[in-house]
Amino acid sequence: MVEESEQDFSKKLEQLYRNEFRRVLATLIRLLGDFDQAEEALHDAFKAALEQWPQQGIPDNPRAWLVSVGRFKAIDKFRRDARFDTFDEIPEQLDAFIVNPEDEQDECLEDDQLRLIFTCCHPSLSVEAQVALTLREICGLTTEEIARAFLIAPKTAAQRIVRAKAKIRDARIPYEVPAHEQLPERLNSVLQVIYLVFNEGYSASSGHALTRHDLSAEAIRLGKLLMELLPSEPEILGIVALMLLQDSRRAARTTSEGDLILLNEQDRTLWNWDQISEGVTLVRRALSLSGFGAYTLQAAIAAVHAEAPSADKTDWREITGLYDVLLRIYPSPVVELNRAVAIAMCDGPEAGLALIEVLISQGQLEDYHFLYAAQADFHRRLGQTDQAILAYQHALKLAQQEPERRFLQKRLAELHNK
Amino acid sequence: MKYLCLICAEKVMEQMPQADADEHYEEYREFTSNIRKSGHFVDCNRLLPPSAAITIRVRKGKISSMDGPFVETKEQLGGYYVIEARDLNEAIQVAAKIPGAARGCVEIRPIANDAQTLDVLGLD
Repeated sequence: MVEESEQDFSKKLEQLYRNEFRRVLATLIRLLGDFDQAEEALHDAFKAALEQWPQQGIPDNPRAWLVSVGRFKAIDKFRRDARFDTFDEIPEQLDAFIVNPEDEQDECLEDDQLRLIFTCCHPSLSVEAQVALTLREICGLTTEEIARAFLIAPKTAAQRIVRAKAKIRDARIPYEVPAHEQLPERLNSVLQVIYLVFNEGYSASSGHALTRHDLSAEAIRLGKLLMELLPSEPEILGIVALMLLQDSRRAARTTSEGDLILLNEQDRTLWNWDQISEGVTLVRRALSLSGFGAYTLQAAIAAVHAEAPSADKTDWREITGLYDVLLRIYPSPVVELNRAVAIAMCDGPEAGLALIEVLISQGQLEDYHFLYAAQADFHRRLGQTDQAILAYQHALKLAQQEPERRFLQKRLAELHNK
Repeated sequence: MKYLCLICAEKVMEQMPQADADEHYEEYREFTSNIRKSGHFVDCNRLLPPSAAITIRVRKGKISSMDGPFVETKEQLGGYYVIEARDLNEAIQVAAKIPGAARGCVEIRPIANDAQTLDVLGLD
């Protein structure tokens, strides 16, 4: 056997860390029953690995080694502290002392990741806290990275995480995969967190950067992990497909100056065709299972767009049909607006305008700039310049993102020059 | 761990038509008997309407009292259960069966049981 160079070895360790730290952390949280102690134990375990593995070689099952060393480091620390503290807390710590060989089996470790996901996305935590905790504990982002991604102060991000951990401890939120009857509802809250993270990366809710790719990539990775852990849940396949199909258009949806390019004007050769074929395969599988829902249907709509050879060959009838189903199972004014746009593509802008006027008269989506942007677009296509200008101005007042604002301003300028 | 389940609704028993109140009582009787059997039950009772409530403050040694509940909201506190549950998920499952949850809402509060509090209060 050729002896490994030191550099190769440290590369190997680095990769091991990247591959294993999430799983090891998830298991240590279960064994120690405390997020902070588990993080510390994880750190100690990798430190021990750095010291011991160069001499002794990498163990056969590094994951089990790390879990076991992390556990004993935590027990050591606990024993040291216990000499100075009262013994009040001992009973709660007992799980860590009981060595159960099954604890370190791969299957049990996989379940730990799932337990951790459901704990971080527990509906009794606020959505902001769920997102921050998920990114911190499951994706391994630092508090600073989370703060930067969500444009909040690092102190705010840290507080959200600390409070969430305190609530998990105080209200005794258990570390478990929900029972079969509660799974759909609890899964929903996990999917919501994943999609929120994706969207924050895909279309930042404010500020200049239209895409913050890292968050989208993280959300896709999280979705795929969930897919591995729960392979027969259609909505997980659906959400991963939806994210892949949306993400596939990343390179085509903005100009080099960061201006928005609408779907029908995008250069389709810039789309990521590997992601599209992966997404389309997943959406087909999701649609073949019973119990698919809103994510799968939205992915199916995205797949119809992706499979159209050009914008004017898009099958808008198929898209309208999918929106009809979506509206039946998930009635929402945003879906109605999207359906109105699809209908306008089939039956002309008058038909779309009529539907939008219904939404406006019901006082729906009053703060949603896309509503007025769509209204403006229909007027523009009907040659009703004055009404189009008014609607674009209304949309501009509501739009927050720079690229979207620039797009609306460009359309307004074109109409004024007519 | 003990959890306090506060039942909030727009109407308390006194404000319901008699038939509704009777039906609601029957639902509570059944629920209570179920959680006594399952061992989750610790304590419970119904609260008289907010019109019977008084809120007091003591400032500089003087008691000032005011008519009505501490916060006036559309939903009012109508009763409570104290339950014993393994963890929050079990508490949620039990509390979801409180009949009031289907009409109004139930707030679940973990009850502190730490050594410090018990010590301060002189309880063991």
